[in-house]
Amino acid sequence: MTKSVLIIEDEPNIVEAIRFFLIRDGWQVASHGTGDDALEAIRAQAPDLVILDVMLPGRSGMDILADLRADPATVALPVLMLTARGQARDRDLAERMGVSRFMTKPFSNAEVLDALRQLMPD
Amino acid sequence: MATMNILVAVCLAYVALLFGVAFLAERAARNGRGGWLSSPVVYTLSLSIYCTAWTFYGAVGYAARSGLEYLTIYLGPTLVMVGWWWGLRKLVRIGRTQRITSVADLISSRYGKSGALAVVVTLLAILGSTPYIALQLQSVTLSFAAFAGEDSLTPPFGDRNATAFWVAVGLALFTILFGTRNLDVNERHPGVVIAIALEAVVKLCALLAVGVFVVWGLAGGVPQMLARIDASALTAFQPDGGRWVALTFVSAAAFLTLPRMFQVLVVENADERHLRTASWAFPAYLMAMSLFVVPIAVTGLELMPAGSNPDLFVLTLPLSQGREGLAMLSFIGGFSSATSMVIVASIALSTMVSNHIVVPLWLWLRGDQEQGALGAPGAGGDLRQLVLLARRLSIAGVLALGYLYFRLSGGGAALAAIGLISFVAVAQFLPALLGGIFWRGATRTGALTGLCAGFVIWLYCLLLPSFGAGILPQAVLENGLFGLTWLRPEALFGIAGLDPLVHAILWSLGLNTLGFVIVSLASFPTPLERLQGAQFVNVFQHSQTAQGWSGGLAQTEDLMVMAQRILGPASAQDFFQAEAARQGLKGYLPEPTPEFLQRLERELAGSMGAATAHTMVAQSMGRAMVSVDDLMRVADETQQMIEYQGQLEVKSTELARTARQLRAANESLTQISVQKDAFLSQISHELRTPMTSIRAFSEILRDSGGMDEAARQKYAGIIHSEAIRLTRLLDDLLDLSVLENGQVSLNLREGRLSDVIDQAIAAATAAGTPLAIRRNPLAAAITLCTDLDRLVQVFINLIANAQKYCDAPRPELTIAVSVRRGRAIIDFVDNGKGVPRAQQEMIFQKFARVSDMKAGGAGLGLAICREIMARLGGTIAYLPGQGGGAFRVTLPLRAADTGPDRRPDRGPDHAVDLPAEPLV
Repeated sequence: MTKSVLIIEDEPNIVEAIRFFLIRDGWQVASHGTGDDALEAIRAQAPDLVILDVMLPGRSGMDILADLRADPATVALPVLMLTARGQARDRDLAERMGVSRFMTKPFSNAEVLDALRQLMPD
Repeated sequence: MATMNILVAVCLAYVALLFGVAFLAERAARNGRGGWLSSPVVYTLSLSIYCTAWTFYGAVGYAARSGLEYLTIYLGPTLVMVGWWWGLRKLVRIGRTQRITSVADLISSRYGKSGALAVVVTLLAILGSTPYIALQLQSVTLSFAAFAGEDSLTPPFGDRNATAFWVAVGLALFTILFGTRNLDVNERHPGVVIAIALEAVVKLCALLAVGVFVVWGLAGGVPQMLARIDASALTAFQPDGGRWVALTFVSAAAFLTLPRMFQVLVVENADERHLRTASWAFPAYLMAMSLFVVPIAVTGLELMPAGSNPDLFVLTLPLSQGREGLAMLSFIGGFSSATSMVIVASIALSTMVSNHIVVPLWLWLRGDQEQGALGAPGAGGDLRQLVLLARRLSIAGVLALGYLYFRLSGGGAALAAIGLISFVAVAQFLPALLGGIFWRGATRTGALTGLCAGFVIWLYCLLLPSFGAGILPQAVLENGLFGLTWLRPEALFGIAGLDPLVHAILWSLGLNTLGFVIVSLASFPTPLERLQGAQFVNVFQHSQTAQGWSGGLAQTEDLMVMAQRILGPASAQDFFQAEAARQGLKGYLPEPTPEFLQRLERELAGSMGAATAHTMVAQSMGRAMVSVDDLMRVADETQQMIEYQGQLEVKSTELARTARQLRAANESLTQISVQKDAFLSQISHELRTPMTSIRAFSEILRDSGGMDEAARQKYAGIIHSEAIRLTRLLDDLLDLSVLENGQVSLNLREGRLSDVIDQAIAAATAAGTPLAIRRNPLAAAITLCTDLDRLVQVFINLIANAQKYCDAPRPELTIAVSVRRGRAIIDFVDNGKGVPRAQQEMIFQKFARVSDMKAGGAGLGLAICREIMARLGGTIAYLPGQGGGAFRVTLPLRAADTGPDRRPDRGPDHAVDLPAEPLV
């Protein structure tokens, strides 16, 4: 059974890159480009895993994460957070909020794939 | 008829001369070369509009009819000028500190900026002045007729009404041209003042010339003249003590309260030291004017045929002796007296009508349905237009009224009688005026009561009976109103036997004063009245004032929008900037402290009168009228400060100022330290984002075999464009860093500003969303010497910002250019929502973006612009209150090259700028 992933990221080129190597790896990929209605998109599509950017237009990824963890339906949803800010403070904050994995941009494609496989063992 | 043609030609030439003088004076004053315009001599001469045609022609007629009584008309003002100049000084000081625009404004302002009082005074002034203006038209018409060589009591050539009509039209034109050219903050009219000063000289010379001719030409010398006077019937008149006192008193009062006298005495006064000179020079002028009145009257009675109008002796005497040239001079003298009076009177009246009736009415009409009108964007200056239009229409209206009165009255009554009726009317202002500046207990209700009582009695006892049985039925004149004999208009309360004029003066001013005092004592003043009262009565103790807008309520930006519409954008912006600087703040928005609001209100009062300005500030503050408690508190504080703590006041002002500066610096520091944290993550984000795409796609290209050519092409293209984005970002950072370190050398060239703008528009609009640009290339046709390429860079940035951020359905950008004090000012105003107040300073910081919407740039554009403008010796700032996003760029027309190593002077906020090192 194919696993589904939802990419929440506003840079179209980054979305396209991730989409490319995830499809090659056999994932079912969808994407969403804004922060304010990201929560609705997650609830509507109910993906197996979410890749979440931190700096999103409309709403911060951190807030979205907090909401996901507050909702029983999504409290255990694996979330891989990507950020271009790369500060230790951000990582601490995200981990306290219950992020599943935290990676800084630019990332290695292979590392992202590894992380996803770990979060979603077959 | 040949004489008539010459006469008309001379008149026109004379008027043309007045036009020329007024025009040159206006221009000199505008260019700041008008120092001589406001000399004590000019001031004294301008006071001579007291001497109208009534004085010029009428004094002789008066002497011929009633002997020396005519002297009372000169005696009153002389007593005021000599014996009461300290009082005048107080009046002038109040007028200047409170920016008083008219006698109605003074009275309304003193009694709590009362609109009702202003209206009553205005109406009374119009009623009192209309017959007076008619009188001037009549005298010009009569003198024309006399020249035509016909009996002055029958219509001369053509139509006498036509003469009066054209004189009225001409005067209206002159007054509108020079009296309402602009809305001066001080309501001063240098052109008009210099013209009437010239007319003062002309009429004095004319009268003296006729006098000299009569004494030495006709009588044969001084002894012979004295003998003739002794022999004449003039000396037989028994002076009536009561009339003398009453007339002297009324003319003294009228000297202060006539709208035109108040205009020249107080409003047009440029320096209160001029009063010193005027206090002896003006009585001397009056003496010279009255010197030959008796000789002319005596000789006229002797030589002219019985039944001639003695009011015209000044003119007909030389004519009958065949001295046409002298008669011509005398005619011009009379003409001068009439025109100068009408011009100043109609300016004064039109100021009152527009400030106290038209504009408040307009505000009231619009006030309810269009509360937002004051803050409506883009409609700059239409209130000014309204005020100017109201003034012009009022001038025409005032002259039309005068003409109408002239037609209705038939022009028959003796000149002096009409003049005295006017005097008694305006003398009714005296109790409220004097009480207002000397008695703190005087109240608005008291002033209203007194004015109304005096007005009614004047109407009933003096004005209506003066029409004879025309308006008041004979029965009322003889038996009193409703048949009550104690209401007989010329013998109120059964006190008969008095001269009707003295009777009217006694009762009207008596009851006026009584009503004023009693009601003032019985009523309680509002807090605003008490404050204004204290400021008027104690004007010398504190020219610094407090009448209390409590700060924090007003939105300064709204006030700026309003002020721009009244004072004009340039003066309003200057004023706000100066006020902000006074508080130690940068930019255009001072804090709405009570002191600032008060100064603003006073500034506005210069254009629209105190009551209206007060209302407008109140409206702009969201109708947050000052509460009684606020006022009482301010009043108490003020009183204490004045009495005990003059010194402390200065210190506490300084302290408040320092505290404000500290607070601003602190806020700025906090904001910047927050931003410094944000800075590192920002720069990290901006660099890592394109790098992410580059790395991801290059790994894809490296690791994935069997890709088709199209996909390979596409991914290589993405890598390429992201690499360019990265380069551009690094370029920007480098540019900024170089600019901040002052290492850039300027490439100064000469060029036209319009070309720079063209270039920027072309570059910015080549790509990007469409944007309508409105500009006036002619205004931008100025030559600059600066780094043109850098300037283009700044303009491109501003235009591109408007393209990105202007959120109007039809985005529009207006580029306005002006030059002030050797600096070019370029405003970029769009029609979007603009930048919120809190972010207006922040947007010039690095990486600042107004919205979190990614609009493509890294948020360095405005930071770079600011550095560039500093290097060019100019500034860039956000301009609030324009109804949209607005940026103002200013720069010197010729930039001084500061060299690559010297950083230009920088403001305090640069001291905490972020270091440039991490950028490179």
